[in-house]
Amino acid sequence: MTATTSKPLPQSEATPLGQQLRGLLAFLGSQEFILALGIVLLSLAVYADNPRFGAERNLLSILSNSAYIAVAALGMTVVIITGNIDISVAALLGVLGTIAGQLAVHDYPIWLAWLAPIVFGILIELFIGFLVAYLRIPAIVATLGMMSVLKGGLIFVTGGAWIYDLPKGFFLAQRQPLGIPMPIYFMFALTLLMAIWMRYSATGRAIYAVGGNREAARLSGISEKRILMTVFGINGLMVGISTILFATQFTTIQSTVPPGVELTIITAAVIGGVSILGGSGTVIGAMLGAILIRTIQSGMIFVNVSAYWLQAVQGLLILLTVLVDIFRRRRQMSAIGK
Amino acid sequence: MQPILELNHISKKFPGVQALDDVHFDILPGEVHAIVGENGAGKSTLIKIISGVYTADEGMMHLEGQGEVQFNSPREAQQAGIATIYQELSLYRDLSVAENIFTGHLPRRRFGAVDWPMMRQQAREILHSLEIYDLDVNRKVGMLSVGNQQRVEIAKALSRNARILIMDEPTAALTESDVEQLFKIVRLLQERNVAIIYISHRLQEIFTLANRVTVLRDGQYIGTKQVAETTEGELISMMVGRTVDNLFPKLETEIGAPVLAVRNLWRKPFTLGVDLTVHAGEIVGLAGLIGSGRSELAQVIFGISPAKSGQVLIDGKRVKINHPGDAMRLGIAYVPEERGSQGLIRQMTVQENLTLAVLRSLTQGPFVDRNAEKTLAQQMIEQLRIRAYSREQIVNKLSGGNQQKVVVGKWLASRPRILIMDEPTRGIDVGAKAEIHRLMSELAMQGMAVLMISSEMPEILGMSDRIVVMREGKVAAEFSRAEATQEKVATAMMSEQNGSGDATVIPSQDPTPVSGGMSQQ
Repeated sequence: MTATTSKPLPQSEATPLGQQLRGLLAFLGSQEFILALGIVLLSLAVYADNPRFGAERNLLSILSNSAYIAVAALGMTVVIITGNIDISVAALLGVLGTIAGQLAVHDYPIWLAWLAPIVFGILIELFIGFLVAYLRIPAIVATLGMMSVLKGGLIFVTGGAWIYDLPKGFFLAQRQPLGIPMPIYFMFALTLLMAIWMRYSATGRAIYAVGGNREAARLSGISEKRILMTVFGINGLMVGISTILFATQFTTIQSTVPPGVELTIITAAVIGGVSILGGSGTVIGAMLGAILIRTIQSGMIFVNVSAYWLQAVQGLLILLTVLVDIFRRRRQMSAIGK
Repeated sequence: MQPILELNHISKKFPGVQALDDVHFDILPGEVHAIVGENGAGKSTLIKIISGVYTADEGMMHLEGQGEVQFNSPREAQQAGIATIYQELSLYRDLSVAENIFTGHLPRRRFGAVDWPMMRQQAREILHSLEIYDLDVNRKVGMLSVGNQQRVEIAKALSRNARILIMDEPTAALTESDVEQLFKIVRLLQERNVAIIYISHRLQEIFTLANRVTVLRDGQYIGTKQVAETTEGELISMMVGRTVDNLFPKLETEIGAPVLAVRNLWRKPFTLGVDLTVHAGEIVGLAGLIGSGRSELAQVIFGISPAKSGQVLIDGKRVKINHPGDAMRLGIAYVPEERGSQGLIRQMTVQENLTLAVLRSLTQGPFVDRNAEKTLAQQMIEQLRIRAYSREQIVNKLSGGNQQKVVVGKWLASRPRILIMDEPTRGIDVGAKAEIHRLMSELAMQGMAVLMISSEMPEILGMSDRIVVMREGKVAAEFSRAEATQEKVATAMMSEQNGSGDATVIPSQDPTPVSGGMSQQ
């Protein structure tokens, strides 16, 4: 290599100490750390006011209640990272829950009742993916349409009838191996799996690339269509699993669409740090976002604030997070003079 | 006669570039004054200052009847009687002709209601004054031809009583008959004492239409000539008159067998039967004006917008390229023109960007091999001397030159045999420029076939073994390194071969030799 310019070679590795310090600062400033800290501080504050909040049973129930939101938020996060969104998840959750319940009460094997929502979830989301990737329908429109179809279809087919007398073995979410509710295992295991996959697989990287700069990703040989199909497929998988956790927690299934759940799921993803414009965000953040929402909800009950405030608090959290995201972005932009 | 507008000592600086440096310009009522210069000479900046999009850092603008003026917004310039027709027309496609003409100042009745009959009437009057009788003022603008849309745009300018009309490349998208129409309107406006600032790359038009012409080069004022007293040749030498400095460490290479060849490649509207060959070890410079189809050709070859007909041959074998993935597998790499929007994923780290195009090959089992990825990234950082504090630095925080090196590195990581670079050094500082040139030269020496698209004449002349000039979607001329001069290349870039600028397209067979290419001399 000819050394025509006399500038020093790049200092590609900073001193170990500097490197570590940078790493530490980045960690402390990360959305995940802030969320975890928020959950802990909030819990301590509520606990100080009402020590019953700290009971093991209550803490486990907060986590357990977070699980189906968190699992769905994992899928939602991946979708949002590509710059898309899915507002049909709550409707899908309702439909898939009804399918599972109907199979179970009609004496089909329990494993089939559990598998069906996953399979149908993936199929329906792949169809949405097809609309978005191949027919170029904006995700918000495609999923808005899907939401209406699912909602209307569900009412039409079931007439809103509840499903009772589910077989005993059906209630997966009520099981407590080692004294810990089953949903908590699912939540942590799936989050870990997704986090590793998003971070270390080529496809995970490609998902971030498509969301960060679709054109550059395409020019780098990444097929946007395939990535979008993958992303919605994963979302279907996650909504399917979320459905099982959701539908097997109580003795009845309502055969309706749980109101406002899509907003809670999107809120979890957004306060988890996913950029609504695509390109960045983590699934661990989404899980913590779900736990934070449930902690607030539970905490409000313990300090005697009306649960009606929850919606408002959720809304404020979204605005706050997006505001912080915008400021962060702006600072980054001004740092490079653009 | 007093100039209606006079600019003196105008300077404008953007980060890293002196866009205009002490520029002078003036225009008389009823005059057509053309501004010419190469891409990046400062024409656009100058008209944007006149039309209030930018404000000058230094210098004075004097408008007849208003004295010293400075426009802080396009609106202020409009109110002062300056209207601009940009290349990209700014019309509302879903509104009618009349509504478009009166956008922003609709005739009103009492209570602020729009006076529709009055508006239609006035719109018709304005069009008639331009001797346009065949345009229905109730039609939606989106339904009109480009030529008619442009007439609407002109009428819009007149509805605001513009005294100065700026036209930026007005004929770029027009057919021959529309060009005639436009010229007729321009002459009509001249008779009414409207001053017209006319920007065009087509020197021919300037000789038919303009009274005076001002030449800019690299943001500097070179001179103003009476059109009647100058020649095409003189203007070209004023436009390019620069010396090639030692920014270009071109090494002697051994030119091998043809690696990439395209034969009669078609994709309308920008690739109209192109033939081109690049040999191993050769740097082919692809020159041409903006809109001549250079970048589009690269995109056709790389499969971004695949060819509709024609052949691509690699090592003499015919291949099919339908998307970038195909091109990559065949050993082609493409460093795109816009590093921001096409090259980088801004949120990602240097390392992630460098390995993006080769992640699949670094994947073992379900996961990317982190060590292999690190090694590759480190190697690219060293080879390209990317100045980042770590592989993990977010790429957005690097300087422009280093960002560009990351984009180049991303493609070198794929070990291509054919490297297409579109404006490889645009907007980066001189040091980084020289480094990229050095790298390009080394790669060619190692046997890579390089196709370099550039709008910078010195770069084209300094780095190319062979220069191919494109014009209007076809290869217009070809020069060896030895025979190429700035004048020859610029002439081939700009001159019309068939006097009237025939817009109808005929399939070309062979690259046309440059001799006799200039019809004006």
